[in-house]
Amino acid sequence: MFNFCADPKSLEGFSWLLCYLTSVKHISFYWSFLTVLVLLAVAAPSALLFGFGGALAARSHIPPLRWLGKLYTAMVRGVPDIVFFMFFIIALDQGIEWMKHQIVCPDWTEPIRQGLEFRVCPQAKVPLGSSPQIWHQVYGFALAVFTFAIVFGAFAANVLYGAMNAVPRAQLETAESYGMTPRQVFRRILLPQMWTYALPGLSNLWMILIKSTPLLFLLGVKDIVYWARELGSAKTQAYAYPHPDWRLWYFLFLLVAYLCMTRVSETLLARLARRLNHGQATAAGEAMRRATQ
Amino acid sequence: MTCWETIGAYAFRSLGFGEKLLPSTDFTLCQQFTLIGSGLIWNIYFGVLALLSGFFLANLLALAKASSQPWARKPAEWFIFVFRGSPLFIQFFLAYSALVLLPRAGINILGLHIATNWLTSAWAGALFVMFLNTAAYAGEIFYGALMSVPKGDLEAAEAYGISGWSKFRRIQWPTMLRLAWPAYTNEAIFLFHATTLVFFSGFPAYQQRGDALYYASYFADKTFNPFVSYPIVAFYFILLTLCLLGLFGLVNRRLNRHLPSNTRSRIRLRPQLIR
Repeated sequence: MFNFCADPKSLEGFSWLLCYLTSVKHISFYWSFLTVLVLLAVAAPSALLFGFGGALAARSHIPPLRWLGKLYTAMVRGVPDIVFFMFFIIALDQGIEWMKHQIVCPDWTEPIRQGLEFRVCPQAKVPLGSSPQIWHQVYGFALAVFTFAIVFGAFAANVLYGAMNAVPRAQLETAESYGMTPRQVFRRILLPQMWTYALPGLSNLWMILIKSTPLLFLLGVKDIVYWARELGSAKTQAYAYPHPDWRLWYFLFLLVAYLCMTRVSETLLARLARRLNHGQATAAGEAMRRATQ
Repeated sequence: MTCWETIGAYAFRSLGFGEKLLPSTDFTLCQQFTLIGSGLIWNIYFGVLALLSGFFLANLLALAKASSQPWARKPAEWFIFVFRGSPLFIQFFLAYSALVLLPRAGINILGLHIATNWLTSAWAGALFVMFLNTAAYAGEIFYGALMSVPKGDLEAAEAYGISGWSKFRRIQWPTMLRLAWPAYTNEAIFLFHATTLVFFSGFPAYQQRGDALYYASYFADKTFNPFVSYPIVAFYFILLTLCLLGLFGLVNRRLNRHLPSNTRSRIRLRPQLIR
């Protein structure tokens, strides 16, 4: 990055550290924080959307849809979430390739599952074997995001389902007595009112989401954990910047980074909670009313 | 190989007994069930020991955090903040990379030789991390419960002349435990779920002795078929969760036994406490 970094072996002290920390691989390390942030930015709204769908399905009057919704909300309760991560990342990949296979190669006669192999026709590979490396990475990341959305959608469905049930019945009945249709009651009363009940659960979920981003590493994405391991491991004299095993410091850095992230979100969420609780018929809202009197 | 022979060969594979080589061709359902079940021993080992030892530390942490003395409160607050605010995954990595830095040959302290190489193996190192982690989460739960012990209970105790240590032991602590128990049940369940992370983080599985998820991903990698082995893990964990719920429900009944039936706290399984 800097001109004086051309010959790292001759450097010492502070300038060595400066050059070391701005080497090409370190720049990739810093960029991988962006990967995490992008994951959070995309996975959080889509998980909320999945959760909303799940909660609505669980409240539905149509039995099969309700069962499906209940199953979706219940699935994360008894089974470790990491099992779902490991499962969906392969299952989604195979599902997509299988569907593309059915469309692209309808007259392919060989079975797809041959013993221990999953074999679709070459045109059905996603992404195609000939496509550049970047597309493989993007596809892997997209699969990971989708997996996060499914699993955290189930958590969010739990929270939103509980929140919808927690809105005081009297408020809904008042709306009904004003002649609102069920649809109007849902849109005008239930939906705006449920957030104050959902917020504690959702903020908890956001924390969990932040803390589960290192799982990207398990899903094969080159995230911060990958780079920390890569950069921290001992480097011999063959490398430009030889050093002993520094993984401890890299992971310490990650730990502090995560602590900062959770701390900042905690403060922001507390502020949001104060705003949502204002004037609500809940214990928190009552406490705020008392405090201002 | 019949199923009984498979069970004989692989039932304790995760502990290093029985057949040395894992199956590599013609995977049967029986093999998958046996090996994954064998891996579950590790999950139960980590979960039970971390929970039991973490319980004591959690009580201390809750008391320290509720203390008015800053020298007790500040360390407890920081401990809870660090372990609750960072991913368990990173904690495992950090612990492992710290433990491998210890000298291989052991440390000599005042002529006493302490071996260190066992610390880097999962059974000790990962257990230690889980112990600290669950202590922090449970400590926060207990602290919250300690703060919500009804004021009237404490005043009544003082009116009867119960104070100091005996007030804590006879009034505060049992009430705290009763109030915290539903949340603590959730914590226990998600601690067991978190044990699946051990062999995917820093700690290596020595001679392929891993936990349930380790074997499940082994099968999924070999067969390119996630639709068999992962549901088996899910099945085992649902059983484990149900057992835990039953066990903690019994304790909950005992903690609530003096209360009229309509004021008893009930355990609700809420997936809010994963790490």
